[in-house]
Amino acid sequence: MKYLYQAGIIFLFTFLGEALATFIPFPIPAAIWGLLLLFLALCVKLVRVEQIKECSGFLAALLPVLFVAPTVNLMEQAKALLGSLPAVIAILLISTFLTFLVSGRVTQGMRSKGKEEQENA
Amino acid sequence: MLDSLSSSSFFAIALTLLIWRIANALQRKTRSVLLHPILVSVAAIIGILLVSGIPNSAYQQGMKPFSWLMTPATVCLAVPLYEQVKVLKKNLPAILLGVLCGTLTSLLCVGGLCLLFQLDQTMTVSLLPKSVTTAIGAPVSEALGGMSAVTVAVIIATGILCNVFGHAACRLFRIQDPIAQGTAIGTASHVIGTTKANELGPVQGAVSSLSLVAAGVLTAFLIPMMYKIFS
Repeated sequence: MKYLYQAGIIFLFTFLGEALATFIPFPIPAAIWGLLLLFLALCVKLVRVEQIKECSGFLAALLPVLFVAPTVNLMEQAKALLGSLPAVIAILLISTFLTFLVSGRVTQGMRSKGKEEQENA
Repeated sequence: MLDSLSSSSFFAIALTLLIWRIANALQRKTRSVLLHPILVSVAAIIGILLVSGIPNSAYQQGMKPFSWLMTPATVCLAVPLYEQVKVLKKNLPAILLGVLCGTLTSLLCVGGLCLLFQLDQTMTVSLLPKSVTTAIGAPVSEALGGMSAVTVAVIIATGILCNVFGHAACRLFRIQDPIAQGTAIGTASHVIGTTKANELGPVQGAVSSLSLVAAGVLTAFLIPMMYKIFS
């Protein structure tokens, strides 16, 4: 019973996310609206973590498995890319790791700067 | 009769879950980066489909009821986010600045390289949203005349790339701070990367969730703006 109740709460917020995504004409998907709404509900204590803990843990653990089928599907889409495949792969590798490097190092730099200021104060 | 059996959801889901289990056991035993559970599962399933002659479309059809869990599973990322809310609040400026710089880097880098490789505008628009979650990237690309199938393909490839090499990249780029690791993974590789960040630690996971949301929203604003300026 407990898990059904938990699933009910999670599906309710998923639905509210879908409703917002339908009415707000901007490409933010239901999943992101739902995430934000559930986060807000947790912050204002409308929902407590214990009320969704086990079920949300189960769904979160499922997340990587959910990407197996779309990745299998890549083999079909790879054909559409064939002509420009080398360029696409180069762009993918360079831009992904550059983005990784810049965002990580900027945050790390800000953090160590903050620490220094605290220590000096 | 065999046709209807091969597109059975129970067949597709059982196959995926059992192979996932074997792939995970293999990962635990070998601890090899390349024997990543998603890569191993995908290779095994492609092999089984080819050998058995079951078309990919039947497998995809069978997986539909399972894929339906994608939206509620993403919504559940709110829980680790909330559990780390104090750490997030304290470091909000550092995280958001990292996301902003990373997102700008991604867009300018993809745009610049597309010019360099002389890819056409349709292709460029399809590649631009490659670092954000599929559900944001695909409609953004489509709205500007991109091919959403290509967008989905590069988004998944980007995510898998960081899921497999994210930890190694942190070491290579000397990103040791857990908050910076989360920002890098979430900004560069959305939900698929975030599942890796969750494995690295609860702080990395929560920061990665926050970063993927911020990067997604930012990208949805920036791409149409860039498009207006450059065309």
